[in-house]
Amino acid sequence: MAIYSQILANGLMLGALYACLAVGFSLVWGVLNVINMLHGSFIILGGYLTWFAWHGWGIHPIVMLPVVGALLFALGFALQKLVINRVVSAPVLTTLTLTFGLDMILYNVMTYWFTATPRRVQLDLGAVSLGPVTLPVDRLVGTALALVLTLALYAVMRGSNIGRAIVAVRMDRSAAELMGIRTERIYAITFGIGALMAGVAGVVFASVFPITTNVTGTYLGKAFVVCVVGGLGSVPGALVGGLVLGLVESLAGHWFGPQQAITAGFVLMLAILLTRPTGLVGVRGYE
Amino acid sequence: MRSGPLAYALLAVGILVLASTPLYADNYVVRTAAIVAMYGALATSWNFIGGFTGYPSFSTAAFFGLGCYVGAICQRAGVPMVLAWLIATLMVGAFAALLGAIILRLKGHYFAIGSIAVVEVCRLIVSSWSSLTGGGDGLNLPLLTWGPEQVMRFFLFVMLAILILSLIATALVDRSRLGFGLRCIHQNEDAAAMVGIDTTRYKVAAYTLSAVFCAAAGAAYASWTGYIDPTESFQILMTVKVPVMAMLGGAGTLAGPFLGAAAFVLLEEVFWANFLDWNRAILGVVIVLLVFFLPGGLLSLARKRSAGGPA
Repeated sequence: MAIYSQILANGLMLGALYACLAVGFSLVWGVLNVINMLHGSFIILGGYLTWFAWHGWGIHPIVMLPVVGALLFALGFALQKLVINRVVSAPVLTTLTLTFGLDMILYNVMTYWFTATPRRVQLDLGAVSLGPVTLPVDRLVGTALALVLTLALYAVMRGSNIGRAIVAVRMDRSAAELMGIRTERIYAITFGIGALMAGVAGVVFASVFPITTNVTGTYLGKAFVVCVVGGLGSVPGALVGGLVLGLVESLAGHWFGPQQAITAGFVLMLAILLTRPTGLVGVRGYE
Repeated sequence: MRSGPLAYALLAVGILVLASTPLYADNYVVRTAAIVAMYGALATSWNFIGGFTGYPSFSTAAFFGLGCYVGAICQRAGVPMVLAWLIATLMVGAFAALLGAIILRLKGHYFAIGSIAVVEVCRLIVSSWSSLTGGGDGLNLPLLTWGPEQVMRFFLFVMLAILILSLIATALVDRSRLGFGLRCIHQNEDAAAMVGIDTTRYKVAAYTLSAVFCAAAGAAYASWTGYIDPTESFQILMTVKVPVMAMLGGAGTLAGPFLGAAAFVLLEEVFWANFLDWNRAILGVVIVLLVFFLPGGLLSLARKRSAGGPA
């Protein structure tokens, strides 16, 4: 049983990180109806900024959190305002291709400036034991941070005017426009928030795992899975999807080996797509 | 959308230019011509599901990669090369028909995500099934014992043959009930079902057609390079690049995907040669410009000029 409590703990910790990683992607998909292929690169960009600040100037990741968030928000807002908004209502083939093209540019810039060397912020916080379960403190803190950030987004979506406007646009764009909401602006803000969440997830990830530009695709894949499994466009959906994926990956990794963990995630996603396309939590009628 | 004489003329010129490269150009040019023909075949295949039917399919790399592996495994088991290509084509075609029956129930964004996931799942399974596929180490294939120039010419003509077959299939589908039905599905799937089109069967047929030529090209590519591995065979980059090529030329047209592939591969070669560090970013810029300024593809320019308006 000891081994299973460890697996459970690992899965839940991983799951919280996945939820934080995917929630911005989910928001953008749900509200803008855009599959944002840039999401993985946004995460890595956030992680690299953190690593260079820590390595170059000794700035602690926790200090970088708001800085990275602000920078990525600005980047996302500008991209949506200047580029993506022009084709935001085009079919998925167009918007997906466009964000993929943008991702190729961002990826190239990052590999050129930062190179693809794996980097990690080593905080050396040790580990704590709870009975049979050993938990590395840096990962524990990362998990807590990921949960706090995800819930903070939930609070913003629920409690602020901007959040309510985003939800309104998501539910019915034309009605929202009739109520005086400037949807183009809301789109830009939403994409900015998506990038912000990716960036802060990157800060957390850089403190827990080694990161490199080579894994942008892997993180993007996680966002796909979390989003489809939980249901898109909502914070609770991303949380459920993230935790389920974390648990499934831990269990599959234990039973079939670490390579199979990723396969299990994708198989889970395809199964959910076919049986319950709105996700475990998702809103009905959303396609 | 019936193709006019311009399309046929462009195709004939394009194919003749590619086929004649061994007469006057060095091996590098012949190799580029073979790559153009290969991507032309891939983009023409994608056109069945993406162009005619309007389903945003990103599974090209899955079919290409599986074609590589089935062909390679057959050849290593002693099956003659051309027969191995044929087996790969048939097996991947059957796989696509089965898969299509399942995932074509999805639409729009969900279908797009599902079809990308198929590529990843195939790659992961192939890289972990080491006993059959060699895992991450990849597989070596028996090399042809001819000189390098002969090998290059041979594969140029093989790729051209696959391209021509895919174009003939497109022309046939274009004129048939199937093509008409697929275009109806593109415009309005519910209405198509209502007037009696068996949408599931039509979509599965289009998806299968989009797979077979990719599989043939993949199997031939494996024999050509003599070595395959999972990361090279199942590339997300390829799976997006091929639809981009089709859109660059003009999705849903006969000649468009091939012309788009030719233009894209040539641009790519120029960027690789001159801007090694930045070629990926430049291709990204090309994609962004394409989406903004040429949403109908290159052929739409010609059509506008000759007909005085969009066709």
